[in-house]
Amino acid sequence: MTPPVDGPTLHLVGPVVLAAALAGVGVYGLLARRNAVLVLIGAELLLNAAGVLLVAGSALPSGGLAALKSTSQSNPVETADPLLAGQSLTIFVITIAAAEIGVALAVVLLLFRARRTSDLTAVRELGEASPTYTETPEKVSP
Amino acid sequence: MSGLEVVFGAFAVLAVASGLLAVTSPRVVHCALWLVVSLGSVAGVYLVLGAEIVALVQLLVYVGAVVVLVLFALMLTRAPIAASRDLDAGPGQRAAAAVAAVAVAGVVGGTLMVVVGDTVIGVDTGRGDPRSVGAALFGGWLLPFELLSVLLLAALVAAIAISRPDDPPTPEDAP
Repeated sequence: MTPPVDGPTLHLVGPVVLAAALAGVGVYGLLARRNAVLVLIGAELLLNAAGVLLVAGSALPSGGLAALKSTSQSNPVETADPLLAGQSLTIFVITIAAAEIGVALAVVLLLFRARRTSDLTAVRELGEASPTYTETPEKVSP
Repeated sequence: MSGLEVVFGAFAVLAVASGLLAVTSPRVVHCALWLVVSLGSVAGVYLVLGAEIVALVQLLVYVGAVVVLVLFALMLTRAPIAASRDLDAGPGQRAAAAVAAVAVAGVVGGTLMVVVGDTVIGVDTGRGDPRSVGAALFGGWLLPFELLSVLLLAALVAAIAISRPDDPPTPEDAP
């Protein structure tokens, strides 16, 4: 397939393989870790896999792969996506990830204050039913 | 194989290898620091793909803010600094997690490989410069952008509300 623009080109297989590998690593981190903070590291890697795919997709003309096949001969400037959907959405994903990890780490800190542990396998019950629940969680000294 | 592809491959291998170390290292601080390397390499991949603003945002937000948050959380939860076996689940769950990871990578990579085939994309660095990204963000994406700022405010308020210790009122507080 001919590239849509002159200049440097890149096979789309590379970003796809990278995104798949990062997604796999992220899923392993989510499932194999017991420390709550380290589980969140896996989630961050998963979100980055999505970002790589979005940025790679933003190099496609407006309309995606189908447009690439039909408009490869025409002027690439006319077919370029004016909204830059891939890059804009990647910035949105990064922002949402920042908001997500802020709230998630606050929850982890609350869990540690209440149960004195951040081990996810030790926290099997929520609320008062848990054997590690204390009515007045002692404060964490800085 | 062009020079761009060589640079891309180097960044990609670095990102995946350091990502693997970040999810397998027995030392919590090493995990956070390998995450820095992995996310920084992804920023390099963005640069190679011609998205310079996204690469800078990635460096600022992820490497600058998110990793610092993770390190703070590790400190505040008194995570063990030395190598610890308590960070990982048992060998059975780890094997199941590895199978699930390979399955996810295989399904995602296989499906996308069938779709994209041997597509070659042109890397146009002019489309990732601040002017065009800013015009897109504050043009067609203005409403989602504003919604996102509301989301960030909500997350900020929620994080403070969750982590604030709710002290019972002491007699001194009463008027």
